Amino acid sequence: MMALPDRISRALSTTAFRVAAITVAVYLVFSGTVIGLLLWQSNRVLTEQVLVTLGAEADLLKAEAQSGDRDAIVRAVATRSRAGGPGLYFLADRTGRKLAGNLSRLPPEIAAHPTGGVFRYSADAEDGSGDRLAVAIPVDIGAGAQLIVGRDVDEQRRFAGEMGTMYFLALGILTLGGLLAGFAASRIALKRVETINTAARSIMAGDMSRRIAVSGTGDEYDGLATNLNAMLERIEALMNGLREVSDNIAHDLKTPLTRLRNSAEAALRERGEDAYRDGLEHTIEKADELIKTFNSLLLVAKLEAGALDENAERFAVGHVVSDVAELYEPVAEERGMGLGVAIAADPEIHGNRQLVVQAVANLIENAIKYSGGPVGGGTQIDIGLNDLPEAVEICVADNGPGIAPEDRERVLKRFVRLEKSRTEPGTGLGLSLVQAVARLHGGSVRLEDNQPGLRVVLTLPKRA
Amino acid sequence: MHVLVVEDDRETAHFLQKALKESGHAADLAGDGETGQSLAEQGAYDVLIVDRMLPRLDGLSMIRELRNRGVRTPVLILSALGEVDDRVKGLRAGGDDYLTKPYAYSELLARVEALARRAVPEEQETRYVVDGLVLDRLSHRVTRDGEAIQLQPREYRLLEYLMKHAGQVVTRTMLLEHVWDYHFDPQTNVIDVHVSRLRAKIDKNFEKPLLHTVRGAGYTIRDGPA
Repeated sequence: MMALPDRISRALSTTAFRVAAITVAVYLVFSGTVIGLLLWQSNRVLTEQVLVTLGAEADLLKAEAQSGDRDAIVRAVATRSRAGGPGLYFLADRTGRKLAGNLSRLPPEIAAHPTGGVFRYSADAEDGSGDRLAVAIPVDIGAGAQLIVGRDVDEQRRFAGEMGTMYFLALGILTLGGLLAGFAASRIALKRVETINTAARSIMAGDMSRRIAVSGTGDEYDGLATNLNAMLERIEALMNGLREVSDNIAHDLKTPLTRLRNSAEAALRERGEDAYRDGLEHTIEKADELIKTFNSLLLVAKLEAGALDENAERFAVGHVVSDVAELYEPVAEERGMGLGVAIAADPEIHGNRQLVVQAVANLIENAIKYSGGPVGGGTQIDIGLNDLPEAVEICVADNGPGIAPEDRERVLKRFVRLEKSRTEPGTGLGLSLVQAVARLHGGSVRLEDNQPGLRVVLTLPKRA
Repeated sequence: MHVLVVEDDRETAHFLQKALKESGHAADLAGDGETGQSLAEQGAYDVLIVDRMLPRLDGLSMIRELRNRGVRTPVLILSALGEVDDRVKGLRAGGDDYLTKPYAYSELLARVEALARRAVPEEQETRYVVDGLVLDRLSHRVTRDGEAIQLQPREYRLLEYLMKHAGQVVTRTMLLEHVWDYHFDPQTNVIDVHVSRLRAKIDKNFEKPLLHTVRGAGYTIRDGPA
């Protein structure tokens, strides 16, 4: 069990969490900018509206000032000042003495700006400084008098400010939520990856049969697990093949090697040039057999591990089969066997011609070697070809003793030779090679009862 | 015949040199690809025997280089790699024949002698003659002492190959490769049966046999004892 801080730091360093964090950060920057712009713009619009209102009021007061005496404007300002509400006024004479208004002093920020502006004030403080926000414009009413018309916008600004705070608070909550979701997602991802890691570790420790659990949700992790499992399946098959080959070398090549050594030793013990010569010839013969076996074993192993390579081509398979049959026809005849070829179609397949030749040759050689009785009379071998829509079936049938149903799977294995056949020369790899060639092409081999005899069907797909 | 053996394994190289000398041929040795290349360029060799795996310059590169420089000496490639695609690669590099290790010396000798024969201008020989046996390559007719012999197409090609190498030993593998274009090891005596069928047609009714079996090696067609 991992320590908790370790688990957290692992979750934080996952890709899922990083993606979540980056997304949240980008979102934060953009939404922060948008909200800021929104707040700034709404403030500007509100201020402009206030300025328009103030302008209208200023026009009214200006008209008042022009129509009547000085007291009239003083009264008007005083009345408006007393009315309460957001209106702010300040009226002073030429010397700066306050004549009327609810502001305690002339705000210096406004006096200097003919278009008006924003200032802070206090309704209570003597010197007029304070923290309430207001907008005001100076009004020219002539006669050296100074009139300021303003409006308290503090409530409005405070509301906008609070809106801003709320916005940013919401952003904060979203950020937190996003990061938490990212963390949770990364934990889930980690858990799925961890099952893969656990499986990988036990495979590395030697448990080749271990597979990654598939959750069944069909998500991308399931896809990955399925593919990895298929890959492991293939690797295991290859490793088993390799192990089988080394077992074969141990069991099936050591025996002939021992025999070879024995015959050389026996020749040495005997005296005389003829004995030596016989012994050496026998040794070379045995060595040649071993080399043949070794080459076949390597070829089978290579085919089982490999795939069709650049030597694959399209070729007419009927032609190839009848050519091989023609090669063996005299051999069969010499042994008193009939060899019939009935090939009507000549479909093309994609594959390695030399390997198909060798597979067909092996099947015919097997039929010749194992189907005849001691006399061999009356034995008939029939070679045929079925042109199926997607594949071709090459059939080699004989009317010999056949192979018992329980042995049919077994004889495809390497070095398996049935008791009756051990007297004939052979490596015990012929059918293994046929099967390896079939599998390389994506096809198969099956052994059937020919009633009587054996019928071997080599199926090769037209498109490998 | 003068042979250059380019092989880095000293024991194999000396075995070949000794065996070739016993067969009546002279052999020089080179232990790596660079030495092999310069010797092959200077000396007038009839055949080169080149191992695929060589120090300094591998066998296939050496052959390619020699071919680029206009050296046309026939090359027999020796290799532990024996699959069909390895053979194809070897021949593409400019090799003329390919033999997989381990090999029988008789097989190697037969192939080397066949290659040396190729170097002799054989430009479209229209007929092969061995004693009274005549094979006309234009009319595809075979006669012995003027008597026509009927051959199946495959028998004709078998005889053609044997007569092209008249006087030389031709192995069963060479026949399977050149007459049938098959590259596998048959487990039955299939070639022997074909040869004896051919022999029945060309030798049976005549006093002097021309097609001989060479024990432990293969066959030869010649005028005189094997």
